[in-house]
Amino acid sequence: MHESLLSWQRFRYLYIALALAGASIVLYITQSGNTAQPPNGGTWQGYTLGTVGALLILWLSLLGIRKRQYSSNVGSVQSWASAHVYLGIALLVVATLHCAAQFGWNVHTLAYVLMCLVIGTGIYGLYVYLHLPRAMARNHAGRDVNSWMKELGDVDDGIRDAAGNVDADLQAMVLSALDLTRLGGGVFAQIFAQDRCRVQTGSGVISNQGQQALIDELSRRIPDARVVREAETLNELMALFGRRQVILNLLRKDVQYRALLKIWLYFHVPLTMALLVALTIHIIVVFLYW
Amino acid sequence: MAESYHIAIIGAGPAGLSAAGRAAHHDKESGASNPTYVLLEGFSTFAKTIQKYQKGKHVMDTPGFLDLRSPVPFVAGTREAILDGWQNSIDTDGINIRYNSEVTAIEGERGNFSIKTSSGETISAEHVIMSIGTQGNPRTLGVPGDAESDFVLYTLDDPEEFQKETIVVVGAGDAAIENAIALAEYNKVYIVNRRNEFSRAKDGNLNAVLAAINDKSRDFHCFYETNIGGLELPDAPGAAGAIILNTATGEERVECHRIIARLGTLPPRKFVESCGIEISSPSADAVPDVDNEYMSNVPGLYVIGALGGYPLIKQAMNQGYDVVEYIHGNHVEPVDTPILKKKFQGLPIKMPTPEEVLSLYQSKIPMFRRMNPLAFRELIIESRILVGLEPGEFDRTPADDDEHATVFIKDGEPVYQHGEYSTSFYTLVEGEVRMQLDEDGAWHDIKPGQFFGEMSLISGRPRQGSAIAERDCILIETPRRIMVKLMNSNEEVRAGIDRVFIIRALQSAFKPNLSLAEMAEIADNVESCQFKPGEAIFREGEEGDALHLIRSGTVTLSRGKEQLVVAKRHSGEIVGQMALMGSPMRRDTATAAVRAETLKVRRPEFLKMANSQPDTVEKLQDGLSTLLRQTNSMASQPESSRAIGFLMDQGLGEATNALVIDEALCVGCDNCEKACAETHGGISRLRREEGASFASLHVPIVCRHCELPHCMKDCPPDALRRSPTGEVFISDTCIGCGNCETNCPYDAIKLSYQPKPKPSLFSWLFFGRGSGPGEPDSFTPTDASKNSGKKAVKCDACMNLAGGPACVRACPTGAAVRLGPEQFIELVEAR
Repeated sequence: MHESLLSWQRFRYLYIALALAGASIVLYITQSGNTAQPPNGGTWQGYTLGTVGALLILWLSLLGIRKRQYSSNVGSVQSWASAHVYLGIALLVVATLHCAAQFGWNVHTLAYVLMCLVIGTGIYGLYVYLHLPRAMARNHAGRDVNSWMKELGDVDDGIRDAAGNVDADLQAMVLSALDLTRLGGGVFAQIFAQDRCRVQTGSGVISNQGQQALIDELSRRIPDARVVREAETLNELMALFGRRQVILNLLRKDVQYRALLKIWLYFHVPLTMALLVALTIHIIVVFLYW
Repeated sequence: MAESYHIAIIGAGPAGLSAAGRAAHHDKESGASNPTYVLLEGFSTFAKTIQKYQKGKHVMDTPGFLDLRSPVPFVAGTREAILDGWQNSIDTDGINIRYNSEVTAIEGERGNFSIKTSSGETISAEHVIMSIGTQGNPRTLGVPGDAESDFVLYTLDDPEEFQKETIVVVGAGDAAIENAIALAEYNKVYIVNRRNEFSRAKDGNLNAVLAAINDKSRDFHCFYETNIGGLELPDAPGAAGAIILNTATGEERVECHRIIARLGTLPPRKFVESCGIEISSPSADAVPDVDNEYMSNVPGLYVIGALGGYPLIKQAMNQGYDVVEYIHGNHVEPVDTPILKKKFQGLPIKMPTPEEVLSLYQSKIPMFRRMNPLAFRELIIESRILVGLEPGEFDRTPADDDEHATVFIKDGEPVYQHGEYSTSFYTLVEGEVRMQLDEDGAWHDIKPGQFFGEMSLISGRPRQGSAIAERDCILIETPRRIMVKLMNSNEEVRAGIDRVFIIRALQSAFKPNLSLAEMAEIADNVESCQFKPGEAIFREGEEGDALHLIRSGTVTLSRGKEQLVVAKRHSGEIVGQMALMGSPMRRDTATAAVRAETLKVRRPEFLKMANSQPDTVEKLQDGLSTLLRQTNSMASQPESSRAIGFLMDQGLGEATNALVIDEALCVGCDNCEKACAETHGGISRLRREEGASFASLHVPIVCRHCELPHCMKDCPPDALRRSPTGEVFISDTCIGCGNCETNCPYDAIKLSYQPKPKPSLFSWLFFGRGSGPGEPDSFTPTDASKNSGKKAVKCDACMNLAGGPACVRACPTGAAVRLGPEQFIELVEAR
């Protein structure tokens, strides 16, 4: 039934990746008998590992194309993704053995570093793909985001109604809290779920993080209420802002999860492009100096 | 003295207009100085149903295979073009049409009918053609001055047409609420409700109207428990008038610019019956019986168009023409005769006219013998004629691709196979067919005049067992929709099919060793029961003396204080057998998960069947033991049973192919939606994020290919089809009427224009052309796509794609899967 991309087809690509890594190690070890030529990218074993690595990189980057070929019958996207994950990690072994850990300040090492960054961002991506969906679903508490947005709208309508019955100062403050509510925002605000809600008070605009400034103000006023009706309205407002706080937090968390599920791709994909360029230069340069 | 005419036509819809146009033509030919006919219309304009369509709506002229035979023009086009054409026809032919003349009574007989109208006129006519459609007239306010005018409106086309006015909306249904809320944007609105609550409204509208009434910032007010006392019409157009209201606290006068009355419509049936026309079945869709020339049981009184069961414009217009010819004594050949000829072309024995074939066939099939000939003709037009040929001859006979041509099948080949999704109904005219009731069941012979295929027709489930054409057979294959229409209007056909269904269902379930006569006796004592979704069939703790054999739908068994779902049973399966095989105490509550029908079998009948065949008892006991193991296992896993309960609540009890997303795997990349749009002309039929979730199972908004699809119920051009493998899809004959969208309880169908084709993936990827893969957020339809109109779109489970559903294949994390109902238990237990 539902099967994670890691366990796809009973871990088929895990075994293939292990076999590939194992074969690469064996190939690497066969170089060690030769004292004149220590293991490096220039031996036939090195060239073989390099060719396998380069082809792997090309194939791994084709996932972006396959994912968008919606009528394609060449495996399901899930099988591609499963293979992408395991073979992508195996690439780290293949490429490291290819260069035999010979590093320098040159384009060859640049290609290697870029590859490591691509794999690193990929592993982070895999981590969020595996862990965040469940947290995100739990955060939704069985409802979809639209229904939470709708509830927020209803709460705000309720607040506007109730605000009609309080004094002008408080009314202005309450309405400004609605106006100055912020959800989402820039990349940092999204990723760190920053709450940048503010509220207008008599002494200027202050932070209304967690709707706390307003809830505090209301809780200060309730004991002072002169008439029963005023106290009732204030209590109603306080309950509504309490609910608002919960919904806003939930939505902010949702925005954060969504951002985290996407942000890594903004590194993974451009780094892949850069890697492809560096890899091309690496191969050309190697053949120029043959 | 009353006015007198040769023909009176009631209702100026397409059928009535066409009849009047033809009558006008006869007058012109005979040089009559005064019209010999009158067209009476209760409304202030002609074709009011089409007038009410939204502006610019594209009206189709299906069925394409029929030619138009009418003096009034009609080709597919915009609402405006069609109405202009008709207006032009009314003007140039000088059609004698009388508006605002609602007919309240028709009395008398052929040659001397007396027609009374709401304006107090009495008109006499020799013949009456009734073409009033099925929409009915709006209920009026019932006080003087309530005729449709600028001041009193019974419909509202465009709420934004009125601004800064005081408007009184009368009514408490959905139409009234929607109008009132839309009008309140720019106007002061009063809504008048006869009762003390809005109990008839949908939940969404109910919440909206209560919110509007309670919202102090809006000029929106409600009068509860209020009736209309009278009207004060405005002195001049545009000036304010007033409405007198009898409220619970006394009379109140409200000044207003306009009154919108939305009080529902009066269905025409009562009126039709008051004219002496008989409608034999109590069903709401039943139509009056008419003869070959559209005459009802009242001689001289004719029924045509939607009222007679022909909802398509072209059919109705052709009937208008034909009926006038018949009245004039010209026995014209019906326009569909060439189609019948085509259907009968491949028959082994040739007959001079199709009518002779029709009457021969009708006499050969006992169940259809007493049907009215016009209905039988329609049945054949809509059916396929299958002719069996010997293998050698079959290979020599060229196939004709025409959709109406005779279909040839090879002797010994299956008519249908076990497991196939088809719901058509077969009647054997000649030859022989072998049929099974189960996959491995015994073979039964079907003889001429008998029928088969009623199991899937009624349950919507795939075929159980196969049917094989034996030799020289001639079969009538009738689509489900036509059979359902027939069963709704013809009690005899319904009862006949039902009886055979019951006998065969019992045979299939209990395999009794009894004669047909004995089975028939048992069938007489078996009760057919119908249940609404959520209705209990029996309850835990009750004493039972009967079992239920499920005929259609899905039934859940639940147990305990929390009513945990412990099993679900489908059509063909049995619930409640414990009461007859163990202790009479019900151990579970059986509930219809979706609308369901069962056969209630009591102890004496059960024992009679069981005792006739000792093997059966053993098999039934084995089945019961398996069920008990299942229920016991589910009962000990409350999480699983809650999940099944959730799936059933989402209506998956009637699903055959449902998309279920595992939220613990879904990363929200929407590749499923994109894949759907990219493989279906740019429109996604799937809304991933919407829909309910429970315990990380998410049921998105998308078609689940119901067993008995709600959408297929009411499709005028029969564009909704089901493939043999079960996918429900929309063919390109869709006219965009929106019936399926309304009928789908799962919101899985939408109407959409066709978007522009997109640039290739590479030009988007490398040159940033177009909006990228997936459905664009918004698009402006091209003129061409506007002209062809909005069409209904829905999931077809990628039936034309080699690899299966694109949504599932495009999911990178394995979160999206499509499941059949038999996999639900496995799905929740695997968690």
